[in-house]
Amino acid sequence: MRPNREVGIAGYGAYVPRLRVRTEDISDVWRPRGAAAPAVAEKSVPGPDEDVVTMAIEAARTALDRAGTDPDSIGAVWVGTESKPYAVKPSATIVAEALGITPHVVAADMEFACKAGSEAMQAAVAFVGSGMVEAALAIGMDTAQSKPGDALEYTAGCGGAAYLFGDGSEALAVVEASVSHVTDTPDFFRRETAHYPEHGSRFTGEPSYFRHTLAASRKLLAEVGLEPKDFAHAVFHQPVPKFVERAAAELGFTREQVRVGLVAPRMGNAYAGSSLLGLAAVLDVAKPGERIFFCSYGSGAGSDAFCFRVTARIEERRRGPAVTDYLDRRRLVDGYGQYLRLRGKIRRS
Amino acid sequence: MRDAFDVFIIGAGQTPVGEHWGLGLRELGAAAIRAALDDAGVETADAVFVGNMLGGCVNGQENLGALLADAAGLLPAEAWKIEAACASGGAVVRAAALSVAAGIHDVAVAVAVEKMTDAVSEQITAGLATASDNDYEASHGFSFVALSALMMRRYMHETGAGREDFAPFAVNAHRNAVANPNAMFREPISAEQFARSPLVASPIGVLDAAPVCDGAAAVVLCSRDFLKAHHRPVRIAAAAAATDTIGLAGRADILTLGAAKQSAEKAFAASGFAPTDMDFFEAHDAFTIITALSLEACGFAPRGDALRRAAHGCFSPGGCVPVSTFGGLKARGHPVGASGAYQIVEAAAQLRGEAGANQVPGARVALTQSIGGHGSIAVTHVLEA
Repeated sequence: MRPNREVGIAGYGAYVPRLRVRTEDISDVWRPRGAAAPAVAEKSVPGPDEDVVTMAIEAARTALDRAGTDPDSIGAVWVGTESKPYAVKPSATIVAEALGITPHVVAADMEFACKAGSEAMQAAVAFVGSGMVEAALAIGMDTAQSKPGDALEYTAGCGGAAYLFGDGSEALAVVEASVSHVTDTPDFFRRETAHYPEHGSRFTGEPSYFRHTLAASRKLLAEVGLEPKDFAHAVFHQPVPKFVERAAAELGFTREQVRVGLVAPRMGNAYAGSSLLGLAAVLDVAKPGERIFFCSYGSGAGSDAFCFRVTARIEERRRGPAVTDYLDRRRLVDGYGQYLRLRGKIRRS
Repeated sequence: MRDAFDVFIIGAGQTPVGEHWGLGLRELGAAAIRAALDDAGVETADAVFVGNMLGGCVNGQENLGALLADAAGLLPAEAWKIEAACASGGAVVRAAALSVAAGIHDVAVAVAVEKMTDAVSEQITAGLATASDNDYEASHGFSFVALSALMMRRYMHETGAGREDFAPFAVNAHRNAVANPNAMFREPISAEQFARSPLVASPIGVLDAAPVCDGAAAVVLCSRDFLKAHHRPVRIAAAAAATDTIGLAGRADILTLGAAKQSAEKAFAASGFAPTDMDFFEAHDAFTIITALSLEACGFAPRGDALRRAAHGCFSPGGCVPVSTFGGLKARGHPVGASGAYQIVEAAAQLRGEAGANQVPGARVALTQSIGGHGSIAVTHVLEA
């Protein structure tokens, strides 16, 4: 897919909470003796006053600062998440209001499991690309949910990134093309009244993550007529590091190409924020002229793949906190009990 | 009563065992049937017997006879399902053999199929528990693994064996699966890996247990009159089944698998062969403890002696009676109601001399035993080249 006019990223910003829990603390409580080591060593945890809205505002502030865009010129705000503070009531209006973007703005929350953030990016590209708005803000942010003791609890992390899309001539990276690949695949879901999501265990791998990630990636490569070696970096959704390594290898990307964008080992899987954070980490170091390959994955299921080309504006826009600053800024919580309290997993009524 | 009869396997087919995300009962079952018919060089069959355990409670699909007769292009052949818990795959071959032996059908297909990976583990655990006694076991929280764990604990108590002493069965199964293109786990494991494997239900560890998976296997059976020159028949020299109490609590001795013992004795008596005549044995190695008990029930080891014999290589390739020659339930995989038919398909390959790298040299007579519900039902076949 390509918009009617050239669209690109005017500014971007990331956010990862400071707190971490060691996954060993989780293993100590839940895992049987002899179980394999958790896929990541630690994961990010929201502080007592952090949620998807505060984190989205934080990331979007950096994006707007970097773009130097007047909030009044932003015509759309979408927050992609699966952990919105209100079941019914948009997060996007709170974010838009806090950033001074209201009231003449399209605003809503997007829901597509871990693909919700890239769904917001697709919509932003379309709104800007059609000329309906000058600039559009797409955010992917999560305080990822997981049932205590479930396999997902070892990786479900918190964080995300915001992308302000605008005219290609002013962009730090232009969108060369994007594709979307979705099917009805029930690998992970949460019913309306359920507290925690459920998943299909090994069904989440081959027929879900890999099938959609590989199909969307291959379609994008065909659409832009490029090969993996033409990209400086490749970013994928990162439920666990080994999924990314395998998907990259099957597509022909090297470990070096995915290295910078692989943030999960240091913070876990931020669901809708995961691949968007990886992209932000890549933009933190990318050089003008480089191409970036991006492919999200969301259960349910589908993938959005984007081909970006970095422009000369990248250097001047790179002020403010980098993803590595957030990853380095870390403090361990005091064991599983404090983690449970911070994640609201202790039932008090 | 006779368990000996003149029935021949003239075709065998199987799907690879594994996680077939894109295939259901219909596709798996039909693929195995078509492969078996092609192997036999016959176009159609008079009857289709379908072995399956979990179709109703896990897949929401009963009436598998019609489903598979249609999917395999065998309408309007008579067809229905045979259910005998984990022994369904063995039971269905005997059922088809009975119809041929009775002179009712010239050509009958026995297919066994299981589709387990569409369900999450809680559903599978609940489904497998339906093989035990619901009133006195499952409804009180016993899973299938937990009941096997009780048997293993008792075995260890009586014989003084440790968990690690069960390793030879799993190590042998994995080694034998390496060269089997249809096996789920084609990687060898070491005794050390076995000892370190996480517990499922103490003392049963992950590497004691066969995996949850999908698969289908089928054989085409015919009478002596139907045999043609181009067939490479394997004779079913005997097929015998027996039952025991459904719950463990009803047994005088939970380390004697009465049904396994009775069915094996009937099969030996009917075929005229003895345990010492067997060139190999396809055992129901769903858990290492069941392998040990099955070997003892069939007369391959005295009570309490299977582990010692295993440690001496008795059940490995080249041993006195090689076991699980294509990887068994443990490593080829255990699509639960289909495993008994896989055993027979694999035994037929050995007896035809078509087992490739897994070939038991000079194999002429084989025993297969399919066990359901902790030994509450067992079906034993003696096959002869």
